[in-house]
Amino acid sequence: MSKSDQHIKTFPKGGVHPNDEKRSANVPISELPPPKMVSIPLSQHIGAPSVPVVDKRDPVKVGQIIAKSKGLVSSNIHSSVSGTVTKIDYVLDSTGYKRQAVIIRVKDDEWEESIDRSETLVKDIALEKDEILKKVAEAGIVGLGGATFPAHIKLNIPRGKKADYLILNGVECEPYLTADHRLMLEKGAEIIIGAKILMKALGVEKCVIGIEINKPDAIANLSELCKEYPGIAVQPLKVQYPQGGEKQLIKAVLNREVPSGGLPIDVGVVVHNVGTSFAVYEAIQKNKPLIERIVTVTGKEVDKPVNLRVRIGTPVQDLILAAGGLPDNTGKIISGGPMMGKALNSLEVPVAKGTSGILLMPEEEAHRKAQQVCIRCGQCVSVCPMGLEPYLLMNECEKEVFERAEKDHILDCIECGSCAFVCPSNRALLDYIRLGKRVVTTMRRERVS
Amino acid sequence: MSVQTSSTLLTVSPSPHIHKEHSITTMMYAVVYSLVPALLMSVYVFGWSAIYVTFLAIASCMFFEFAISKYFFKQKASVWDGSAIITGVLLAFNLPASIPWWAIVLGSLFAMGVGKMAFGGLGNNPFNPALVGRVFLLISFPVPMTQWPEAMNANRWTMADATTGATPLAVIKEGLDAGVPISELTAQIPGFFQLFTGMQGGCIGEVSGLALVLGFLYLLYRKITTWHIPVAVLGTIALITGVLWLIDPTQYMSPVFHLITGGVLLGALYMATDYVTSPMTPKGMIIFGVGIGVITVLIRLWGSYPEGVSFAILIMNAAVPLIDRYFKPKRFGAVRNGK
Ligand code: SF4
Ligand code: SF4
Repeated sequence: MSKSDQHIKTFPKGGVHPNDEKRSANVPISELPPPKMVSIPLSQHIGAPSVPVVDKRDPVKVGQIIAKSKGLVSSNIHSSVSGTVTKIDYVLDSTGYKRQAVIIRVKDDEWEESIDRSETLVKDIALEKDEILKKVAEAGIVGLGGATFPAHIKLNIPRGKKADYLILNGVECEPYLTADHRLMLEKGAEIIIGAKILMKALGVEKCVIGIEINKPDAIANLSELCKEYPGIAVQPLKVQYPQGGEKQLIKAVLNREVPSGGLPIDVGVVVHNVGTSFAVYEAIQKNKPLIERIVTVTGKEVDKPVNLRVRIGTPVQDLILAAGGLPDNTGKIISGGPMMGKALNSLEVPVAKGTSGILLMPEEEAHRKAQQVCIRCGQCVSVCPMGLEPYLLMNECEKEVFERAEKDHILDCIECGSCAFVCPSNRALLDYIRLGKRVVTTMRRERVS
Repeated sequence: MSVQTSSTLLTVSPSPHIHKEHSITTMMYAVVYSLVPALLMSVYVFGWSAIYVTFLAIASCMFFEFAISKYFFKQKASVWDGSAIITGVLLAFNLPASIPWWAIVLGSLFAMGVGKMAFGGLGNNPFNPALVGRVFLLISFPVPMTQWPEAMNANRWTMADATTGATPLAVIKEGLDAGVPISELTAQIPGFFQLFTGMQGGCIGEVSGLALVLGFLYLLYRKITTWHIPVAVLGTIALITGVLWLIDPTQYMSPVFHLITGGVLLGALYMATDYVTSPMTPKGMIIFGVGIGVITVLIRLWGSYPEGVSFAILIMNAAVPLIDRYFKPKRFGAVRNGK
């Protein structure tokens, strides 16, 4: 596919256009040196927390496994620094709760010898399918777009299903965030080899990389690099939130619609983030487990918005210092983007595998505006990418008629926040829908048992 | 600039953390602005009384909203959110410029009290409040409600009693009922161009279709409203009256006449599109609009009133909950096998 005949696509239903605010798009990735102390959380992924395999006073090296996955859905965790484990304790993480973490005092920067730290590009994929799956699991790779679903599970295709496409998600539709954008510019070759590895593991011949056209340089770079690899192509996409949502991305790229309650594999697709693809490259070709990631640190008042390569477990305040310090009028600190990110209640929260950005919002923008009555304008309905009726779901949850909310498909909601973003009455649509989803999920579980 | 080690001042709230730059108030005021051309045109056609009626209606509606929320509901009134202003303007637009002041005040009281506040205020009223006020006046005080000051009357700037005349719709209806041939009747009413720009007798806001369309285009441009309801209403009226006209042009007026006279444009563009009292989905809006079009034509051609838009809208308002129940948006993933 040459660039000129690439047709620009998008998903057809709903969506919003928040201001881009990609302030750090032109700032090359720089490395944040390891901090003095790290707290590496044991729950950085969807699923069961990992079980620590180190103890107080144990010496550790960079890349050494410190916690093992437990249960079917879980992930290994490796030390991101060298030094001594001081304790295993409860620390505040991005959920706002105190959860277990391994706390390590940093000394030097001594890496496991098996890790290849050179910049040389390794193109040949030596491992076979099963070895790749095993290695991805060992390396503790999770979805780096923010969902943090363990990557190896998505690579294990359930019996009876078949995949024919891998889609790499380079959409980065959240305003402000540029981590994936920079990665596509600076590590394009590695991302594409990562895609090749994923394709080998999945046994698929075709891969499409979806990128929105507000990143023309990334589209150009990857399109050029793809030429060497038959089967891999870039698909430019119109700018529209939430195109980075798996279901919307699959619809946009392949015009396949994941059925309600289903998974991408139900339509023969596996989606991975470009960051995850890079991590897979490093794990398979360089023997490097997931111990660091790219984090955008940004905000309207931030001195120098940056994209940092950060060791997992580094406290957020170190990142903020690297971006010029905390602006005086900061009212809210968000882990992730402004549409789906989580507001932090402490600067000591550690960076985890899913931390794609740290966004500092000025006090004026930190508060919600007062909620007014629903004027039935229908805008929440028209922007919902899942074709739901948010005003109605909120109403049902407010009245606690959750059976009705279930019938109105509340569980289809992907929590993209488009409805609450657009509501002229500032209604807390998503707050109520989240509550309703929790209640309905519990109801369903009880019905089964 | 400093990094506090543990900030206690951070706001923690669930996502999304940003919001589109608009509010009920900005949207309501956009509607108010969009009605200004029609008001100006009306002042030109009917003189000062158009201004006087409009402002008295706005003031009355705001006052009653304020008084009712304060003394009946004991809550803070949202008089300035713009919605009472819109009701006031639209009520005035549905009245003749010669209407006496007490009728305006009564109509406003009815619009706000019965039409809006009795149902719990903004967002809860099933019927368009301005139309509730108008229909109340039409039924209770048919005489002042059906006397129409002449367009472009020489006395319009002096507030002297103006001569009254019938609206083009009434001329045609009464004439046809009396067996006068249509060719004679059309000679008694202004031409299409004059009708469309506003040189006709009628309610304050409905005379200039041109000004109404301009205002509506502004609302479309600002994405305050969508095309579905107006297109459905106007399309349906044009279709039915067009077919009848083709069958028997001696008995039926042309569709153009039906579209540019009376309250059709005001109703289709501004009254039927009221958020609160119209359906939520595009499909629902089309059904709603078609319903209004059909009922309007039925009343105009075979009912006892020359005009039927107000009744048509109110009847379809009542059907909105049903329409919303059956015309849901198309869900993502409501498919089998993903194709
Ligand atoms: S209801 Fe859910 S999926 Fe629909 S717009 Fe709101 S948050 Fe997004
Ligand atoms: S966007 Fe807000 S005001 Fe409009 S219908 Fe939805 S909930 Fe109601």
